[in-house]
Amino acid sequence: MLHTLRRIRATLAGPLGTAVLAVLALLVIVFVIVPNVISQGLGLFVQILAYGVADGAIYALIALGYTLVYGIIELINFAHGDVFTLGAFVSLPLLSAFGLVEGKSGGAHLVLGLLAVFLITMLVIGLVNVAIERVAYRPLRNAPRLAPLITAVGMSFILEGIMYLWRGAFNVHYPDLLPGNRIPITSGASIGAKDVIVVVIAALLVGLFSLFLSRSRLGKAMRATAQDRDAALLMGIDINQTIALAFFLGAVLAAAGGIIFGLYFNSIRFDLGFESGLIAFTAAVFGGIGNVPGAALGGLVIGLVQAFSNAYVASQWSDVIIFAILILVLVFRPTGLLGMRVPEK
Amino acid sequence: MSEAVTPRRGPRGWVSRIDWRDRNTTTFAVLLGLAIVFPGLVQFATGGNGTYLVSTAADAGVYVLLALGLNVVVGFAGLLDLGYAAFFAIGAYTYAMLASNRLAVTPLHHAVHIPFWLLLLVAVFVAALFGALLGAPTLRLRGDYLAIVTLGFGEIVPRVFRNLATWTAGVNGISALDVPTLPAWITGPWAGTPLAIVRDFQFIDPTAFYVLMVALLVVIVVLINNLQRSRLGRAWMAIREDEVAAAAMGINTVTTKLLAFAIGASFSGFAGCFYGAKLSLVSPENFSFVVSVTILLMVVLGGMGNIPGVMVGALAIYVIDFYVLTNLPSWVSGAAGAVGLGFLNQPQGAWPGLGDETQRLIYLVFGLILVCTMLLRPQGLLPSRVRQQELARATTQESLADVESA
Repeated sequence: MLHTLRRIRATLAGPLGTAVLAVLALLVIVFVIVPNVISQGLGLFVQILAYGVADGAIYALIALGYTLVYGIIELINFAHGDVFTLGAFVSLPLLSAFGLVEGKSGGAHLVLGLLAVFLITMLVIGLVNVAIERVAYRPLRNAPRLAPLITAVGMSFILEGIMYLWRGAFNVHYPDLLPGNRIPITSGASIGAKDVIVVVIAALLVGLFSLFLSRSRLGKAMRATAQDRDAALLMGIDINQTIALAFFLGAVLAAAGGIIFGLYFNSIRFDLGFESGLIAFTAAVFGGIGNVPGAALGGLVIGLVQAFSNAYVASQWSDVIIFAILILVLVFRPTGLLGMRVPEK
Repeated sequence: MSEAVTPRRGPRGWVSRIDWRDRNTTTFAVLLGLAIVFPGLVQFATGGNGTYLVSTAADAGVYVLLALGLNVVVGFAGLLDLGYAAFFAIGAYTYAMLASNRLAVTPLHHAVHIPFWLLLLVAVFVAALFGALLGAPTLRLRGDYLAIVTLGFGEIVPRVFRNLATWTAGVNGISALDVPTLPAWITGPWAGTPLAIVRDFQFIDPTAFYVLMVALLVVIVVLINNLQRSRLGRAWMAIREDEVAAAAMGINTVTTKLLAFAIGASFSGFAGCFYGAKLSLVSPENFSFVVSVTILLMVVLGGMGNIPGVMVGALAIYVIDFYVLTNLPSWVSGAAGAVGLGFLNQPQGAWPGLGDETQRLIYLVFGLILVCTMLLRPQGLLPSRVRQQELARATTQESLADVESA
């Protein structure tokens, strides 16, 4: 009996599991997406698709930070979602410092100003995250495994507390700087220029980041550390520096995600990172935690699932659907969509 | 023949076997003593107005129960569970559905009223069943993936309860749950009435809930203590330390982990049932991810795997989070008023008033407490002796190896 169960499990986790997932995805497409496309029109479908991709691009930027940190020190960094929110909050005063005002700024001033805001915020948040790592995680590197998890929760509370003190408990308006033009597709359906801009910025960042990881010396060191920390140490890689770099890069991407979120949704709140962080983390696991292209893909898929279930099912069921998909993926394909099979250490 | 080898068992033998030099024994004795004198002490200190505090203590007992249950999963078996509140919700909703008029307004059209005592067991089984259902396909996953599956489950359950409004009344929650009733009870001068036997004694007074909670906790603690020393408990610890080695020793790791998961879940269901009965209200907001994380904090901060440590951790976090930090704003503004700094309480310009400002600081303070405690005592307040020694030995060996390799 138990033997049979094990065999069923073993088959499920293998190629058959992937096949089951594919069939399930196909069923959803045939029975949920297609009827809605027929009844509500292709234009609306494309509109939702654009929204989902833009939303997914933001999740992808956050998910990369989770995956980077997990890949190197196997820590579920609960504070990462709040680092993302902090990015949005820190960029707010910078926007006004560069004279970027809603409805008045445009052209070269807007582009260069935003570029400067992006760069400064990313640098600041990156350094903040390095400091957090130094204070809260590094002293606990040889402690019981759950200790850094708890300090991560603590850091999450601290970051939220700081933003709460700074801006209060309510929604804060974020200037709507991006052009509000919409590109019509069919009557009643259109793609926002914002959607396109958000996706382009995110794709650019992810592209630069993967280039850094695959080509640069430091990127190579990071990949080596993720594979085998001790061996990397023996090869003369500075482990502390590499881990700090992972936190820096993760925060840089999250900060960019925070600014993009603000520009896209025009409203931020101190506890925003809690929910977004949880979903972005799901995205990272979905793509195969520790796997960089996987996190980007996972973010996109989660964004799409959320957009389509908001539009075609009901928004209050979206999170249930996302987490149910997460459980299904882990049951049928434990390594995530793009993950490799890793032996238990 | 057996008479010669059987050790003398009896009340005397049992007492003489207690090792009073053991720190755990002392902690248990102190906790039990405090639990017994607490209601009287509080009523005396507040001049008879301490019922609210006794009620808070009974609520704290719920969290102690939850922490003890999560300790089975995380502390004994070493499986990280980030969705423990889901089973808490399942237990509470089991009680709410089966002991209120709620089912009369659902498509079922018939209210069900099952006694509390029976439902305690039912909640245990329902929660264990869900634990097993979730665990069976996922327990072969590597440690952290399991944590993520439980996280997902913990997010799903309260949302399902919120969204299935036809059955669960959605965000409003289910209220006016049945009061637990004892068929007979003795009353007397201690309750302000002449000595008599009461029929159908109802648990309305918070002190009655408190006494019930303490009694349940004593039973549970004895149970978990024995569980830890049983064959199963030792198997859990073997798996926690080295799963491959445990499997090689003939432990069926899948079944053993599944049992840890289901037994842990059953404690949560038990606590949920009590919680629902005491509050007489369940709502999906009471079982969010924050609750799961809080219980995990209690276990880790108290000292994973060590029963008295976990209890102390649970009480400490409960007092800080639900009592001190919740009441801090009013205390601070009260204190400011009392020493003649009352003007600080008035909002003025950007200053929101002292009470409000303290309210804003709470997140920060709680976070700082977590980080500082963990940095100062990474192994928890009262760590398990065995684990502490293992850890100490492991680090010395590692540093030796580092020295040799350098």
